[in-house]
Amino acid sequence: MLNPSDWSAVWLTLKLAGVTTALLLLIGTPIAWWLARTRSWWKGPVGAVVALPIVLPPTVLGFYLLLVMGPNGVVGQLTQWAGIGLLPFTFWGLVVASVFYSMPFVVQPLQNAFEAIGERPLEAAATLRASPRDAFFSVAVPLARPGFLTASILGFAHTVGEFGVVLMIGGNIPDKTRVVSVQIYDHVEALEYAEAHWLAGGMVVFSFLVLLALYTLNPTGRKK
Amino acid sequence: MIAARFRHAYPGFALDVDLTLPGRGVTALFGHSGSGKTTLLRCIAGLERAQGRLSIDDAVWQDDTTFVPTHRRPIGYVFQEASLFPHLSVQGNLDYGMKRCGCRPAEADFQKIIDLLGIGTLLDRQPDRLSGGERQRVAIARALLTAPRLLLMDEPLAALDLARKNEILPYLERLHDELEIPVLYVSHAPDEVARLADHIVVMEGGRAVAQGPLTDTLARLDLPILSLRLGEDAGVVLDGTVVERDENWQLARIGFSGGTVWVRDGGHDLGHHVRVRILARDVSVALEPQHDSSILNCLPAEVAEIANDAHPALALVKLKLGNSAVVARLTRRSACGLDLKPGAQVYAQIKAVALIG
Repeated sequence: MLNPSDWSAVWLTLKLAGVTTALLLLIGTPIAWWLARTRSWWKGPVGAVVALPIVLPPTVLGFYLLLVMGPNGVVGQLTQWAGIGLLPFTFWGLVVASVFYSMPFVVQPLQNAFEAIGERPLEAAATLRASPRDAFFSVAVPLARPGFLTASILGFAHTVGEFGVVLMIGGNIPDKTRVVSVQIYDHVEALEYAEAHWLAGGMVVFSFLVLLALYTLNPTGRKK
Repeated sequence: MIAARFRHAYPGFALDVDLTLPGRGVTALFGHSGSGKTTLLRCIAGLERAQGRLSIDDAVWQDDTTFVPTHRRPIGYVFQEASLFPHLSVQGNLDYGMKRCGCRPAEADFQKIIDLLGIGTLLDRQPDRLSGGERQRVAIARALLTAPRLLLMDEPLAALDLARKNEILPYLERLHDELEIPVLYVSHAPDEVARLADHIVVMEGGRAVAQGPLTDTLARLDLPILSLRLGEDAGVVLDGTVVERDENWQLARIGFSGGTVWVRDGGHDLGHHVRVRILARDVSVALEPQHDSSILNCLPAEVAEIANDAHPALALVKLKLGNSAVVARLTRRSACGLDLKPGAQVYAQIKAVALIG
């Protein structure tokens, strides 16, 4: 069964995924809204940057984040100046990295959902005296609910499945940055296959249940 | 009174209008698709930005320095598709505008609008459980419940099939009779315009090529709208009242300024205000009154104007009946054979008169 350090890794993973998903919904929603509605020239470049983590090896992302957040990086100097210290090899460093890493999995479903709403309901809201901000919360958000569900599930699940970025940014510090995927790696390295099975099998079941929830709870996701 | 002046170049066409529209009654913006009528309506709603000036009575909604955003304009807007919010019930949709306009109507006024549109039994339903016609009626009620100063309707019947259309038209006619506010009604359907409009603005290529009271404008032969735009639907409408009902033959006599015509009895009481439509193809001209004809309506008239029709074999003849006018579509050969000239005294034989509410 799971030993205390396994449980610690599980708890850390869930905490990381939860915090990351919450932050991503806050940051990703305005980005997705902007991407869905802008006619600006910047739409292409911004959309491409958001999608980069889908294509890049996690090590590349982790490498650059390590540099930027390190003692000589821009962000690193900023955080030191602000008295926070350095982010790499801390829980919050992992959170920052995860936000970048999982960004497309939150932004893209939201963007699709916002695009599917179209202009008309918002115009109708405006003719009924709703300000743009009011219309966003009273019409766009409720109509994009399936998109929010998909975005949350994918963002959460994808963060749980992280490995490369975690190793680069977080290292392998028990209770701070050692998440389940790293813990499994350690077990396998130490030839503790039984322990690895418990965690790995758990991940398979968890992932299956998450995707099952996604496809059954969200039938409207495909509706036009 | 609504004063609207817009000039704006869009890809593929330019809007260029300068209109003064009456502050009461239904004004039809009539034209083919692509004529700019919907764009004009959207400019008036503020959904589209065009350079220009727009004022309603003494309120300026747009000029060089002002642009009142849509949500601050006291308008009601009915889209071609009902555009109800799918996540709200019918009641929720109605509440949406009422809550935001700061003018929650008294219970009696709410009930009046609900009854006017016949949606009292639908309030608890979700929009996806309504028929197309019901949805559109809810959308109209939703717009009216915000107490607008101006109602804008963008082809509200165009997305409906004939049966649904006929289901809604009577409601629109009741609105026409009861509403105190001006209505701008975009349409490309001559029958809707004939039934609902008091004024007409004919749009073409982004410009208003004609405007005026419906009855006068439809009878103008100097405009191409009769022959070109309306084609087989060319004709006039006359406003009148029921002056006699013949129960024996199920007919009603409609008096208008300039004469009376018999129509099929529509069940209206004596003195009721009605509108009849007479198509040009149903009017023929004779020099003597015809007593041995099946045609009921034969009225003395004076030839006012003769104009070429779209087809070179045909002519349109405007016949004055007192203060009113009808238009007859004749072959040019007949017009020539009868020696019709302006001022000639003739008889207009009207084969069919449609009572349109």
